[in-house]
Amino acid sequence: MSDPILSLNGLHTDIAQYHILQGVDLVVPRGQVTMLLGRNGVGKTTTLKSIMGQWAAKSGEIHYDGQDITRLSVSARARAGIGFVPEDMGIFRDLTVEENMVLGCTSGPLDPKRKDWLLSAFPALGTFWRSEAGNLSGGQKQMLSIARAMAEDRKLYLIDEPTKGLAPAIVSTMARALRELKAQGASILLVEQNFSVARALGDSAAVMDDGRVIWNGAMSELAENKDLQERLMGLSMEGALR
Amino acid sequence: MTLAPDHKPTFADLTLGERLGKAMPVLLVPILVVLGFIAIGVPSSWLTLTVSGLAMGMMIFIMASGLTLVFGLMDVINFGHGAFISVGAFVGVSVLIALGDWTGAASLLLNMSAISLAVLAAMAVTGALGWGFERVIVKPVYGAHLKQILVTVGGLIVIEQLIHVIWGPDEIFINRPEMLKGAVTFAGAAMEKYRLLAVGIGLVLFIAMRMVLRRTKIGLIVRAGVENGPMVEALGYRLRLVFIGVFVAGSALAGLGGVMWGLYQEVITAGMGEEMMVLVFIVAIIGGLGSVEGAFIGALLVGLLQNYVAFLEPKLALVSNIALMTAILMWRPQGMLPVVKAK
Repeated sequence: MSDPILSLNGLHTDIAQYHILQGVDLVVPRGQVTMLLGRNGVGKTTTLKSIMGQWAAKSGEIHYDGQDITRLSVSARARAGIGFVPEDMGIFRDLTVEENMVLGCTSGPLDPKRKDWLLSAFPALGTFWRSEAGNLSGGQKQMLSIARAMAEDRKLYLIDEPTKGLAPAIVSTMARALRELKAQGASILLVEQNFSVARALGDSAAVMDDGRVIWNGAMSELAENKDLQERLMGLSMEGALR
Repeated sequence: MTLAPDHKPTFADLTLGERLGKAMPVLLVPILVVLGFIAIGVPSSWLTLTVSGLAMGMMIFIMASGLTLVFGLMDVINFGHGAFISVGAFVGVSVLIALGDWTGAASLLLNMSAISLAVLAAMAVTGALGWGFERVIVKPVYGAHLKQILVTVGGLIVIEQLIHVIWGPDEIFINRPEMLKGAVTFAGAAMEKYRLLAVGIGLVLFIAMRMVLRRTKIGLIVRAGVENGPMVEALGYRLRLVFIGVFVAGSALAGLGGVMWGLYQEVITAGMGEEMMVLVFIVAIIGGLGSVEGAFIGALLVGLLQNYVAFLEPKLALVSNIALMTAILMWRPQGMLPVVKAK
């Protein structure tokens, strides 16, 4: 296997008095979609925020694209090529869709070809290009959040539950856009509760429990092995897989 | 090929009431002006008071704009802002005194050159002072409001005492430059030349500030940072640097406001900034913390109301602005044009 785009070694993160991440070891292969799975409250969002630097790691190491970024600032990690789509979407409500997109480009103006591609992937954004983002629906905000992260080339995307609460048509739109992104060579670490989506998109998967990664391997292996799913996640995925 | 299903969503039309509600903060100023006209009854007096109120409002806006952005961007309550007003006034007035030949000459060019140099010096000194203030006093207390209040009040007191040490304990009286003395008469109303100049400078500054905030990338980053700073950083922008820049610019604007206020009152004291902070805070709060447009409307309301009430019922002038703040906060507890902060 080629060198991974991201690896976490024994990552510990505390939030206030709570010890959330308790030694996370994770490898995200380059050019693949890696699904981060697990029940609610096991530390998936905290893992993404720790990678991004929004929660400081108490101990452990984060290696990204050959460099140790454990002590880098949030903005330095983003400038190094990590795009982040948080669970709350992080939309600037008082800014227009266009202004949100412009902010996604740190190194210059929005490339017209890139803009055309994003608007073909998410046409609703074109409809509301000059409207305040606060007026968008939940699904449109989610599209904007992902499109903004894609506004310029990034090597790694951290995406937290992009399909939560969305209609199937919009989930399908998201999935297609993420596949196109991967086809362009990007690596994606995706937190996802919807196992059907995870199975459809993921190349590899990591399952978390109690602040640790308890399994890391090929998505196909997890998708095909119901016993493994039950053992790792404590749930039968039979219904979801049907 | 489009990747999404054909989808043409539209926004619902707003009702008349909803549209009025959105526009109401902007309409308050003309409404107050019309009410002032009805209450005063004499057009010439009304015009004089309106120009005076607008001039006062513009100067308060210049002082308040930096404070509201600093609060909005980094959640910092800076009571030391008043010190920049005082220091700006003393530096500017010192330059004007040194250029006495220019200010005393009956030449608009020389007079305006003297004022420009005074303003530049005041803004340079208060901008530098603001940078040092942020590094030494504000930086260690990010996220701790009580400590911010204590240390910035402490900083204010120290700087006021330093003014006493450098310029002495007495107030300094200053004459306006020759060509800005007196008034012009229009439609029977006397309007002081200096107040007209203050209205012009305030308006130009507001438009410039709005252009920077609305039309430039740095303005975009500032507006986004006021709403959701952590997300701005996650996109790759160094918000700390932006904040320092805003703090320095806000301090320099306070210095400019100090010079203008000193010339308006024709006397300066070390405590003038501290005294102005009551009005500056009222303006920032009723405008909506973090909103430059809100501060502009708030400042005009404060300036106009104080002048109208002082004419109609002088005893109520002092409480008029507190009453205005109370009324606006009962109507809109977050201020007129609040910035919606990400949770």
